[in-house]
Amino acid sequence: MSETVNPAELQKTCLYDRHMALQAKMSPFAGFMMPIQYDSITVEHNAVRRKVGMFDVSHMGEIFVEGPEAEKFVNWIFTNEIRGFEPGKVLYGMMCYPEGGVVDDLLVYREFAPEHFLLVVNAANIDKDFAWIEEHAKGFDCTVRNESPSWGQIAVQGPEAENTLVGVLGLNEAAGLGFYSFYDTEYQGKRLIVSRTGYTGEDGFELYTSVDGTVDIWDRLLAAGVQPCGLGCRDTLRFEAGLPLYGDELSPEISPVMAGLGMFCKYDKDFIGKEALLAQKGGELVRKLVGIEIEDKAIPRAGYPVETPEGEEVGVVTTGYRSISLDKSVCFALVDKAYAALDTPLSVRIRKKVFPGKVVKKRFYQTNYKK
Amino acid sequence: MSKIIEGLKYSESHEWVKVEDGIAVVGVTDFAQQEMGDITYVDMPEVEDEVTAGEEFGALESVKAASDLISPVSGKVVEVNAELDDAPEKVNEDAFENWIIKVEMSDPSELDALMDAEAYKAHIGE
Repeated sequence: MSETVNPAELQKTCLYDRHMALQAKMSPFAGFMMPIQYDSITVEHNAVRRKVGMFDVSHMGEIFVEGPEAEKFVNWIFTNEIRGFEPGKVLYGMMCYPEGGVVDDLLVYREFAPEHFLLVVNAANIDKDFAWIEEHAKGFDCTVRNESPSWGQIAVQGPEAENTLVGVLGLNEAAGLGFYSFYDTEYQGKRLIVSRTGYTGEDGFELYTSVDGTVDIWDRLLAAGVQPCGLGCRDTLRFEAGLPLYGDELSPEISPVMAGLGMFCKYDKDFIGKEALLAQKGGELVRKLVGIEIEDKAIPRAGYPVETPEGEEVGVVTTGYRSISLDKSVCFALVDKAYAALDTPLSVRIRKKVFPGKVVKKRFYQTNYKK
Repeated sequence: MSKIIEGLKYSESHEWVKVEDGIAVVGVTDFAQQEMGDITYVDMPEVEDEVTAGEEFGALESVKAASDLISPVSGKVVEVNAELDDAPEKVNEDAFENWIIKVEMSDPSELDALMDAEAYKAHIGE
């Protein structure tokens, strides 16, 4: 997850000084200098699973689409179906290339004003996404704005997240909010979006507001004893919950169909990439993303080869960990589709040794989302 | 500030060696375990395996990353610390107490190429 980059070119989030004050271990990620961990990854991971933790996710991108044809346009670039989804709701899906590969995976917020949408995209892809969106918006009667630099974002995640929002921040309406829903309020005179979403497999919220408001919210949560959590445990948490990371499990080469995310593609409408994805669905698919559990404490890492019991290489690991919540060695791997069925015996080559295992469900951890 | 013990030999890749009755006891330094963070797995060779100075003989795994273990000496593995199979976190608790392998050296003069405590201290910038 670390990258070789020129430190001078790295961006800082509005919470950078807070991370320095907490002596976080920092590393470049997606063009930003980001906290990897404050305490240990295990401590932070368990805080989210058992209590509550908070993440600086201000690096994420916020792109607004508005205008008479905003819905028509977003539905054209987005794999999921936004017609009929109500104001105050959030929808997950992808933007695809015509060949079926993924430009990015994102959240689409249908705002309360008609024909207003917020697209939340991955930090590493903000410039690429905005260029893609601007290019394809030509011919549609709508405007697109990249407001990423003026927004901060904090994710508050874990079983005590709701109590924390109500008790510490006085966000009483958060209590009644359904999963993948949001509401608008104000914080220090600026817009605050309270969204019941996250990337951990637990109940939780994402709070979008001004950079000043974000710093203030962070300070109040920290003073209330909420565990600050870095990108290290963000990755272990999302991985256990079976959630993909763009660049590892989704990419220009890895389509939503390959990644097993076909449920977020709706084929009774037109969208960029539809024909290619339908063809993959219809049998042209070569590789599929699976979960593999191995019978050892050795840890399968990204790039390690996946083999049949006979020693034939049939795939590659995309993400792997010794799962903190399950105490099992598990990974996501892209494998030839002939080996993608549950319980298929597959081994992972880790350095010089081969460790037997089998295909299991990608959601390793039983998620605890708000119904 | 990490712990360094006088009288041991140190490699640039942060292994330590202590010679007991002609046998090289090999582990990783306190500095190495601090850099790694929570160690979740120690990949060790088997008894009777041959190791070569400067070459990989196993790995330490933390939540985030794997880090190769490089043998500071050549020879035959005569014992591995089986305790670490079930309790890899012992390396975090005391990296000098919890050795990883014991090697019957084929060329004890290789020890001369390693650093003493003072040189290792300078190597890690402390």
